[in-house]
Amino acid sequence: MASGVAVALLALVPLGFVVTYTVLIGPSEAWDLLVRPRIGELLWNTTRLVVGCMAASLVIGVGCAWVVERTDLPWRPLWHGLLVAPLAVPAFVNSFGWVSLTHAVEGYAGALLIVTLSYYPLVYLPVVASLRGLDPALEETAYSLEHGRWRTFRRVVLPQLRPAMLGGCLLVGLHLLAEFGALQMLRFPTFTTAIYDQYRSTFNGPAANMIAGVLVLCCALLLTAELRLRGHRRYSRVAHGAARPVERQRLGRARWPVAGLLAALLALAVGVPTYSLLHWLSVGSSTEFPVGELLAAAGTSLGLGAAGAALTVVLALPVAWLAIRYRSLASTAVERSTYVANALPGIVVALALVTVSIRVVQPAYQTFGLLLVAYAIMFLPRAVVSVRAALEQAPLVLDDVAHSLGAGPLATARRVTLPIIAPGIGAGAALVFLAVSTELTATLMLSPIDTSTLATEFWSASSSVAYGAAAPYALLLVLISIPATILLGRHATLAAPAEGLAR
Amino acid sequence: MSKNLLVACAAAVLTAPMLTSCGDDGPFITVYNAQHEELIAEVAPIFEEETGIEVKLRSGDDLELANQLVQEGDASPADVFLTENSPAMTLVDNAGLFTEVDQETLDLIPPEYVPSDRTWVGFMGRSTVAMYNTDALSEAEMPDSILDFADPEWEGRISYSPTGADFQAIVSAVLEMEGEQATREWLSGLADNGTEYDGNDVVMESVNSGEVDAGIAYHYYWYRDQKESGEHSDNTELHFFGDQDPGAFVSVSGAGVLASSDKQSDAQEFVNFLASVEGQQAIADSYALEYPLNPEVSLDPPVKPFAELEPPRIDVATLNSEPVTELMQEEGLL
Repeated sequence: MASGVAVALLALVPLGFVVTYTVLIGPSEAWDLLVRPRIGELLWNTTRLVVGCMAASLVIGVGCAWVVERTDLPWRPLWHGLLVAPLAVPAFVNSFGWVSLTHAVEGYAGALLIVTLSYYPLVYLPVVASLRGLDPALEETAYSLEHGRWRTFRRVVLPQLRPAMLGGCLLVGLHLLAEFGALQMLRFPTFTTAIYDQYRSTFNGPAANMIAGVLVLCCALLLTAELRLRGHRRYSRVAHGAARPVERQRLGRARWPVAGLLAALLALAVGVPTYSLLHWLSVGSSTEFPVGELLAAAGTSLGLGAAGAALTVVLALPVAWLAIRYRSLASTAVERSTYVANALPGIVVALALVTVSIRVVQPAYQTFGLLLVAYAIMFLPRAVVSVRAALEQAPLVLDDVAHSLGAGPLATARRVTLPIIAPGIGAGAALVFLAVSTELTATLMLSPIDTSTLATEFWSASSSVAYGAAAPYALLLVLISIPATILLGRHATLAAPAEGLAR
Repeated sequence: MSKNLLVACAAAVLTAPMLTSCGDDGPFITVYNAQHEELIAEVAPIFEEETGIEVKLRSGDDLELANQLVQEGDASPADVFLTENSPAMTLVDNAGLFTEVDQETLDLIPPEYVPSDRTWVGFMGRSTVAMYNTDALSEAEMPDSILDFADPEWEGRISYSPTGADFQAIVSAVLEMEGEQATREWLSGLADNGTEYDGNDVVMESVNSGEVDAGIAYHYYWYRDQKESGEHSDNTELHFFGDQDPGAFVSVSGAGVLASSDKQSDAQEFVNFLASVEGQQAIADSYALEYPLNPEVSLDPPVKPFAELEPPRIDVATLNSEPVTELMQEEGLL
């Protein structure tokens, strides 16, 4: 209990920073800063991007999951692997790929297209996992009651997919609130890009911190909405039994058009950025391969990603444990509070940690230890969502059985619970790894001096005109992300008790 | 169970081999560097060689490092701060974090590139230019003033990059020289006429490809591309405004010593080296092609000599003030 609360308090450090500045600024100036046309415009932009992307991700994620899991489309495992692949391409690399080929993607439509292509796997993955875990008996019962295919899907399948869909949407929404790099390149101003603009001027740091408060409110709104929509159902089953394989929907003549649609989606999501990177590698006049530096940066990115993922998952465990095993208003509050930092732009979180750590734990300032803590604070939700989902499916009754057989709490955790939730932990760790390896601002500010990662080198090169020099780093970034992506893809289709990212 | 994992994690952290940084025992200074990393990496080794003082670089961009310094306050581990454009120096200076730069260093640089409180010194300069597509325009058709780009005749023919600190510094120059009303009209005309891109390099590409006839940027983008291959600039030429026009504005990179540094003399020595003939020559010889500000050093041809630029005189400490962002927001550029 105490450890869960401690983690939540740690995660709330950035929020405290934002609130402090809001108070320091005072109500009248805060009001002047918040109530002006520009803020209204940003609010509108942020809202339509978040809502639009969540809706589009839902349609694409659920549609693709259904096609892969429930139809007789040929080469389904291959499609599944490819549909997860966009996760290996960081959103800012995707934007870079598109923008450096055509400026037509700037503005709302382009931004919506590109962030959706980058983020839909966050919905697709949990939905695939849920679909795979569903007992077809329920659907067969519906058929026997003379429900058609569509009606069965709507009334039987969709409700069971709800936790997965909502969890995925929540992650998409939180990511978008904090997204900077991709949207800056696409010239689509949101709250987060405006916060960076504020920091850039010579006078307005405190105001920028205050505006970040609006993002906290948006985040709170998303969290509450998701909580309300999710309801209070429990989703654990003691055993899967020996469920029959589902009868797959025959696509018939539609199979090629459907395959064509998937191929088109993948061409946009993976093909374009890949083509663009290769293009810059070959034509960029500044292309060079400093092998030593590339490998060193890749090594640092890998090491930081792995260590960050490990620490974050460890911190996520008590939080998820509290939320599932001791359901109460307080434990829900603890769990939800860990999401706030995820919706804040990297620069706000980083500056908050700079401010706090240099005063409170000065000797640890700009050490790897503190940097890892920063990653944990930023990316805790990714781990909490996964571990929570896994725990949700580990029935309490198994613990009771273990206790009755004389196993102590530690032995029960090690021999019963851990094996059940291990895949969920792995998925959470993979998601955190992907985020850490592409993180930029906190890495710049909080890493020990002389640290370079693939992400920092990419930015350094791409901001000094050298697209060709930037491309090898972006490509390596994609390459080191592939194992985590494969892990996520496989995890989603494991016929294991834990159902992926689903809650 | 979580304890086991904690131990495992701690082990992972400690053993990750690439995560250990080497610790030298010799004297060193910590430099927060927002200038292009490759550039400082060419100058710093010479300084290290001569003085035995190691230079440790933390590189980021102007806004990140300046705000980080402000938040760190007196506890900052930084000894020296270097920027790409001067507004970031002003941000840190406004927080009262700099100490005065040694007089002998200030003597090396013309006074217009030193703020009146002498807390930092400009050490490199970049000149505003217009690039034009040679198929669409000739030098004779280019306007005398950057303000002319707001005229209706330029509708759909011009591009610029308003998000960067670069362009905002140019707007500051216009505001400083022409006043609010003229700046407002200029911005509004520019917004109507122009295509906005993110990055001066993209502006250059758009001119080179003929997408637009002309673009506003800094000089070195063009010269660097010419030196490398000319791939993004061979269809273009540079137009310098000169004659103290706001379009001839020179933005400076600054160097300053943090008051909280306990290595004052080493830090001052490094800043002095950057402004010295030797340091400036190293900068001039690098790929950067930005102007050294020490009058005894100049860039090789074909870069237009600094002495011929005729930039307007503007107080470097007043750039990117609040009205600039506000004006740009109101006219829809930000």
